Amino acid sequence: MHASARPELSVNLKPTGIANTSRETIAPESMRMNISKVNFFYGEKQTLFDINMGIATNRVTALIGPSGCGKSTLLRTFNRMHETVRNARLDGEILLDGQNILSQDVTQLRRRVGMVFQRPNPFPKSIFENVAYGPKINGSNLPIAEIVEKSLRRAALWDEVKDHLHKSAYELSGGQQQRLCIARGLAVEPEVLLLDEPCSALDPISTAKIEELLVQLKDSCTIAIVTHNMQQAARVSDYTAFLLVGQLVEFNPTPQLFTTPSDPRTEAYITGRFG
Amino acid sequence: MTARLRWRKLVSGFMLTMTGVCALVAVSVLFFILGYLVYHGGTAINWDFFTKLPMPVGETGGGMANAIVGSAKLLLLASLIGVPIGFFGGIYLAEFSGSKVAFVVRYAADLLNGVPSIVIGIFAYALVVLPFKHFSTIAGAFAIGLMMIPITLRSTEEFLLGVPRALREGSMALGASKWSTIIRVVVPAAYRGIMTAILLALARVAGETAPLLFTAFGNRYWSPGWGQPTAALPLVIYNYALSPYEDWHRQAWAAGLVLLGLILTVNIVARVILSRGVAVPRS
Amino acid sequence: MTFLFAASVVLIVVLLVFELWTGSALPRHKFGLNFFFTKVWDPIAEEFGALPFIYGTLVTAGVALFIAVPLGIGAAIFLAELAPQKLSDPLQFFIDLLAAVPSVIYGLLGVFIVIPLMRQWIQPALKSTLGFLPLFQGPAYGVGFFTAGIILAIMVIPYIISVSREVLLSVPRDQREAALALGSTRWESTWKVVVPFAKTGIMGSIFLALARALGETVAVTMVIGNTPTISSSLFSPGYSIAAVIANEFTEATGDLYLQALIELGLVLFLLTFVLNGLARLLMLLTTQRGSGMGQA
Repeated sequence: MHASARPELSVNLKPTGIANTSRETIAPESMRMNISKVNFFYGEKQTLFDINMGIATNRVTALIGPSGCGKSTLLRTFNRMHETVRNARLDGEILLDGQNILSQDVTQLRRRVGMVFQRPNPFPKSIFENVAYGPKINGSNLPIAEIVEKSLRRAALWDEVKDHLHKSAYELSGGQQQRLCIARGLAVEPEVLLLDEPCSALDPISTAKIEELLVQLKDSCTIAIVTHNMQQAARVSDYTAFLLVGQLVEFNPTPQLFTTPSDPRTEAYITGRFG
Repeated sequence: MTARLRWRKLVSGFMLTMTGVCALVAVSVLFFILGYLVYHGGTAINWDFFTKLPMPVGETGGGMANAIVGSAKLLLLASLIGVPIGFFGGIYLAEFSGSKVAFVVRYAADLLNGVPSIVIGIFAYALVVLPFKHFSTIAGAFAIGLMMIPITLRSTEEFLLGVPRALREGSMALGASKWSTIIRVVVPAAYRGIMTAILLALARVAGETAPLLFTAFGNRYWSPGWGQPTAALPLVIYNYALSPYEDWHRQAWAAGLVLLGLILTVNIVARVILSRGVAVPRS
Repeated sequence: MTFLFAASVVLIVVLLVFELWTGSALPRHKFGLNFFFTKVWDPIAEEFGALPFIYGTLVTAGVALFIAVPLGIGAAIFLAELAPQKLSDPLQFFIDLLAAVPSVIYGLLGVFIVIPLMRQWIQPALKSTLGFLPLFQGPAYGVGFFTAGIILAIMVIPYIISVSREVLLSVPRDQREAALALGSTRWESTWKVVVPFAKTGIMGSIFLALARALGETVAVTMVIGNTPTISSSLFSPGYSIAAVIANEFTEATGDLYLQALIELGLVLFLLTFVLNGLARLLMLLTTQRGSGMGQA
């Protein structure tokens, strides 16, 4: 994949089977986000149990696991989207560059941590206006048109739409719409980009394009992706976290997790015994 | 936090509060209306109000017995027009839902629903008043009966279509004919919804004034039979409110309170019944 | 057999249009299109022009929408986006009840509460602050276009609120979430993304409200002043199509007079027919749009 050094992680298994990661061998600065002791509740029901992990800077981190394991729930805490649901409660600490995101202003946070959703959801506006939305409301130093072009290039969509910027976003195909949503997210220059199963509604060719895109993007952006497709995680990510019924079972560099998983449950999942 | 962000958050808080104010204003109108009606009309409601005829012009006292009876007669007769057409027509629409005829009928019903009530009054005038050369209860009932049709028609159709297919198929699998299935199985299943929709339709037309202006016309005395002009609550309210007499103003408020009280009660009861598992169709 | 009942609905509508058309034959032949442009309404001289009534109908509807649309959409936004369901549903229930209040009750309130309020407080206040505008000049009678517009606004708000609220509630969640995820404030996500998404449906609700306002008879005639005047002042007494029919129909002497009123009824019918048709078209487009989103 890429030539930079790959730090090692060791995983301690507690007797209860809940994994803890010790991150001694990774320098703290290279974790963009740190998640500690995160517990999550919908009303009375607890859906995430004592999650501890990190999102490495300029790397792709994948969250995998069977349906209902809590991976999307976890991802959505990273930009506090869980707050749009009443009765959702988060305990624990999530740090972005050392600062707790829960005590920051949420509007500001969401500019720094962006999100792309499962189904493409462009606004009912033109292609240009979709990408321009973020910079316009947040204010920007550069001219909007420049930002729009830059973002569309980063999302590998510019060449396909440069002559049609004022057409409605809905005239694009599904794969193009999703890349538009990625461009829209990139336009505010986030430090972290979260993607929640971005390819699950797309055909294989669009999926391949987006996977290629993510690998290129990580040089300028930190990426966290939820996927139910293990092969995708193996192809695209540098680190993988495996969740099962709200618990973090294993968090390791991707090659290690997929070839020599530390936990029998991980092995069972990736060999297809369940999920 | 930048100044720009601070400003944006301020605007956000302000605008969202304003929307709450809008909602408060809109809802409070209902309570203002009720409050004024009770305040101004409450004192004039007494036994006389319900049992006596109006006094000669200028004299105080008297009541609205003829208007109350008149409204009741109008509604009774109107349902004879509005309910059968709406009910049986609705059955037809539910059973032949996809056909071209059904489409045209639905369109006509929606059109009829949108006709201003004064124009319905003109129509009733042309059809029932002119040929007989005088105003009558029948003419008034015809006008408001027409207004009931779209409501009862669409409601019947919707509630019948809402009955699960399994019920229909179960009946027919036992050998019942289509018509028999409808009468014995489907309609009874939708019965509650249809009855409440009819009540809602009655409540809607009970307050209509415009279509009665030149059909029922009004009457200071009892209206014998069905072929004479008749008093009705909305008409009396209209005339009394515009008159120069204080006492009539008070009586208008009282009549308004009675009329609105009845209409709101029917509406509340109907909606509560319907909300228990059945969706309220848009009227 | 049920077919007969169903078909009778169509028959009624056809008959209605027929009666309106034939019942207005005399003035149609006599005045032709001039009917719509003549200011004079003089039954004695047998001069009938619809302009003052069309003017009054449009002005009062315009005032009504000017007030009701912002208020209605604001309330709908609150009910759909902000209020928790436990608050939103009961409030919507009250709004539905408001829609059930008969026109004559609004008229009662108009005559005894709103008119004095206008005459003593509101109109003088507007005159002293904005009196340089021709809109707010002239004596403060209390009755007039402005008062009628206000009453109409109260009457049509429930329609705007109900329909807009439903449309807003049906906007897919991830539209709002996408806006928030880009760092929007709640207001920005609502106003710049959710509301534009629901634009078509909201427009439909406005057309519906307009159709209702145009056809409204009794409440208007009780407060508009019933004078066939065309004036640039909102304080001026005026007349509307529905109001003149209501007032003069039973007094009309002679066929031309009566038929002129019927022709006005025909005009009203056509206006509301077009508006309701447009409203329905818009609602159809809304539901179609909702199901055709984001397809590859």
